[in-house]
Amino acid sequence: MEVYGSSGVSLREFGCEQSLLSRPDGSASFIQGDTSVLAGVYGPAEVKVSKEIYDRATLEVLMQPKVGLPSVRERSQEQCVRETCEASLLLSLHPRSSLTLILQVLHDDGSLLSCSLNAACMALMDAGLPMSCLFCGVTCAIDTEGRIITDPTAAQEKESRALMTFAIDSKEHRVLMSATKGSFSVNELQQCIAVSQSASEKIFQFYRDSVRRRYSKTL
Amino acid sequence: MKITFGTDFGCCFVDLGKTRVMAQVSSELVTPKESRPNEGIMFFNIELSPMASPAFEQGRQSELSVKLNRQLERCLRNSKCIDTESLCVVSGEKVWQIRVDVHMLNHDGNLMDAASIAAITALCHFRRPDVGIQGDEVTVFSPEERDPIPLSIYHMPISVSFAFFQQGTYLLVDPCEREERVMDGLLMIAMNKHREICSIQSSGGIMLLKEQVMRCSKIASIKVSEITELISKALENDKKARKAGERCGFAESMPQERITALKMDETPVEMTDVTEKANDIVHNADAPPQMVPSPVVPIPGVGQVGQGVQSTWGLEEDDEGEEEENDNSGEEQDEKVTRMEEEKLESREGDVVEISDSEEEEVVILNPEKVSKNTGYTSHHKGAAATQKRKRK
Repeated sequence: MEVYGSSGVSLREFGCEQSLLSRPDGSASFIQGDTSVLAGVYGPAEVKVSKEIYDRATLEVLMQPKVGLPSVRERSQEQCVRETCEASLLLSLHPRSSLTLILQVLHDDGSLLSCSLNAACMALMDAGLPMSCLFCGVTCAIDTEGRIITDPTAAQEKESRALMTFAIDSKEHRVLMSATKGSFSVNELQQCIAVSQSASEKIFQFYRDSVRRRYSKTL
Repeated sequence: MKITFGTDFGCCFVDLGKTRVMAQVSSELVTPKESRPNEGIMFFNIELSPMASPAFEQGRQSELSVKLNRQLERCLRNSKCIDTESLCVVSGEKVWQIRVDVHMLNHDGNLMDAASIAAITALCHFRRPDVGIQGDEVTVFSPEERDPIPLSIYHMPISVSFAFFQQGTYLLVDPCEREERVMDGLLMIAMNKHREICSIQSSGGIMLLKEQVMRCSKIASIKVSEITELISKALENDKKARKAGERCGFAESMPQERITALKMDETPVEMTDVTEKANDIVHNADAPPQMVPSPVVPIPGVGQVGQGVQSTWGLEEDDEGEEEENDNSGEEQDEKVTRMEEEKLESREGDVVEISDSEEEEVVILNPEKVSKNTGYTSHHKGAAATQKRKRK
């Protein structure tokens, strides 16, 4: 089980734009290489009585694919994103309210779930919702030769033996959510987690830079 | 108004003021309709994404969504702007189905215009895979093998909306969301640059005079020619950029000068101490918990996992007795558990096993090889009853 030095493992270039839509309370688009996801947040807003929770806000995540109607795959991705957000948002500050997070896939070139997580985090920040920690998503793929590739493209994902996405929190770099596909050993899993943790550093630094740049004129 | 294109063919973003819309065109080979065996199929779908406005709900076919869908269909399908006969591959068997999905991203008024511009631009931008026919064989070439070919489009119908206020006294072109909310009525004219009207729709119940409609159509023709210019220029620029090999897509079109946007280049990830860290963690981790018994296949088609718990299903008199027993102490429970485990061990070897110590009349001893279906059922059944009993405690 090799682990490549610095040549095979890199994160594609990121881009992020905040507050690009006027209607949602918070919006952000996150781009990783060619994969781009647009996230919009509405909240805290009024909730349907059937969905209200007495002591917390109800978070709803909707994922819209580019072509066709949402299917089971989108539902499972929605669940992953929702569980991550629920772990980091301070939901008890807004009881009996609803928070809606809508993710629109603009282009899918691999690492879609982690791009969605990053876009979701930036949109939640843009909306000003209170969070206990930030989170980011990192995807690792193990190819047929046992090498770890971070942030794979769609072509790399197709040829990989295993694909894992982790949501890492910003305070202690622990794993908030993991979604895996394929077969791999326990050792490989731990290595991928370690790689994701070190990659998440870069992403959090990017968040900080974006937000600093954004508020550079007002602060 | 701004038009940008995505990375793959057929993806287009239109910004009309603050209204933002994305259209994606995709193609698929399907069997044609019975009534038209040598024409392709066009399918339009406008998605009012909940992102566009808090009033839009996921999945609900609201009135507005039905109206927009119908208008777009009339505008593009009934005007025959796309040559559907060229989409035929094998008459009566295989034709191309072109699907246009329009997603509303931000609703700041005049969704219809934005949707029609996005749809027609995406159709012009789209390239479908090339198909080769040799006698009976049909080969669909992938984009790498042969360049995909564009659709044949006769003309570009574009819709222009007018909002009326105070019984037709005031007229606004391209209303924004607030203006739409207070307007009396809406007139939508779909035209192409050859000054042919493709569709007119008046809603809201305002009564318009002939001169007003004529005036609106004149305004519409000017607007449509401007918009068509803009679309052609955008398509040209995109074609040039793709030919020159530049990277195209949403990523590239992101404005860099704004402070709300930031880009970072490709960065390597530090991986030097990853192996040691991982080995440490695996070393220090606890041993995994005891695994469940592996499945047994008594006869083909039947899978069985575990033997179930020792059943405590019995008649009413036994109930009380057993409840007393259970109330006594936990030690008895442990004994029971060990007894059950021993029984389990015995039974795993596939011997004839007495699963229940109930006092029912006929204790049926089932041979796993013979009637294992029943075994599976009874043990599950009794297992369920056993858990029920435990709950009652």
